[in-house]
Amino acid sequence: MDTIIEFKNVMKRFGEQTVLDGVTFAVERGEILAVVGPSGTGKSVTLKHIVGLLEPDAGEIVTVTPRIGYLFQSGALLAWLTVAENVALPLRETTDLSDAEIDRKVEAALASVELTGAAEKYPSEISGGMLKRAGLARAIVRDVDVVLYDEPTSGLDPVTSGKIHQLIVRLNRERGITSVLVTHDLPRALKIATRILLLKDGKAVVCLSPKEFVKSSEPEVKAFLAAMKGEVL
Amino acid sequence: MNALNEILSSVGRTGLVLVRALRYFPSVLCRSDARHDLLRQLYATGVRTLPVLTVVSFFTGMILALQVGLELRRFNQEIYLGAAVMLTLIREMAPFSCGICLAACVGSAIAAELGTMKVNDEIDALKVMGIPPARFLVAPRVLALVLMAPLLAFYCCILGTIGGGLVGNTQLGVDFSQYMTSAMSMAGEKDLFVGLLKALVFGLAIGVVSAKEGLDTSRGATGVGKATQRSVIVSFLSILVFGYMITRMCYR
Repeated sequence: MDTIIEFKNVMKRFGEQTVLDGVTFAVERGEILAVVGPSGTGKSVTLKHIVGLLEPDAGEIVTVTPRIGYLFQSGALLAWLTVAENVALPLRETTDLSDAEIDRKVEAALASVELTGAAEKYPSEISGGMLKRAGLARAIVRDVDVVLYDEPTSGLDPVTSGKIHQLIVRLNRERGITSVLVTHDLPRALKIATRILLLKDGKAVVCLSPKEFVKSSEPEVKAFLAAMKGEVL
Repeated sequence: MNALNEILSSVGRTGLVLVRALRYFPSVLCRSDARHDLLRQLYATGVRTLPVLTVVSFFTGMILALQVGLELRRFNQEIYLGAAVMLTLIREMAPFSCGICLAACVGSAIAAELGTMKVNDEIDALKVMGIPPARFLVAPRVLALVLMAPLLAFYCCILGTIGGGLVGNTQLGVDFSQYMTSAMSMAGEKDLFVGLLKALVFGLAIGVVSAKEGLDTSRGATGVGKATQRSVIVSFLSILVFGYMITRMCYR
């Protein structure tokens, strides 16, 4: 396995609050890494560091590839563009591809997230699940190596959440896309992830396979699993 | 001390938005997609402002004519009514009224739009895609204001002069053609140039200030409301300060 993203002792403070306190972990090429932990422990902040939206106060982040897509929690589509225009946006604005080539890539991206029928619709005309899939189509339209998912199933019903997770797995298997998935949905993360990274109080507590994670004797992991169980019950 | 730091930092960020917007002006004019967006912004700027500006201009001219005309009548100098109204409008009131309408109608909309995009992660999404928000969002909006403001100020001047002429004719007994002759005889090229320059600077200031406030938005809907409010206040203050500075430089 070769490392595609590496965090080395990363620190980040917002005013008086330390959000990341010496976080160290690595993402291996081709894996699905699920980042879990209580709210406010720096999961989304971690993702934003990977794409350079935030700069660490100390420590280092090494990314081997610049080809990284990002699925935001809200989808973050531009309201005045149709779904197809939103997906085409990164190609139109950052490449010299012809219109025909862009149309072909947009069609392929929309087909891979099963959204071909909604190409001409505006973001306000489609459901939450479709918004996330459109956001995902935009994230992968540029042939990316890595996709970062920030709470891809928040606010969605269980059936739609399941479809989104299937999509993440399919993109990982068929296109070899490395995935970093920030989620609160631990049961599904345990099913689809290669490894689980637990963040707590700004620190990376453990990074283990799902089987090792559920059997871990680490007190923080046990406490987190117990809390999640309580939440589910 | 903290407040001073905050003001200086805000001025610095505004300067940064200005520099970035200016840097991307050529790209907005050269790229066909960007030109299409510029046309959309020009249309939005004109359409948003025109109804309000029409009413404001007409009444500004009417009020000016009434106030000045009543004083001129005391000295039997009503023949200069046209000149007084036209000069006041072209030098000060047209760019000022136009600036105020643009800040209220367009600047506030820019701050609210960019602010909402910021809190919805759309600005971050553009950055991740490698699209600079300054090029894609800020430059077309600021350039549209810069191009539209002088046109709207000129429109305001013409409409205000006509409004003043109507009041002069119906309430002060000044012949309309005499009023227009007086108006055209006194206003020179310099007055027109200074008036349009002021409008252009106001347009630039409103665009940059509103974009900066929008991009600085945080904390959800409340933040968007505050950004919109700040954009209007700072735009108004900028109009007054730049208006004085340009007058001071051009009329000594």
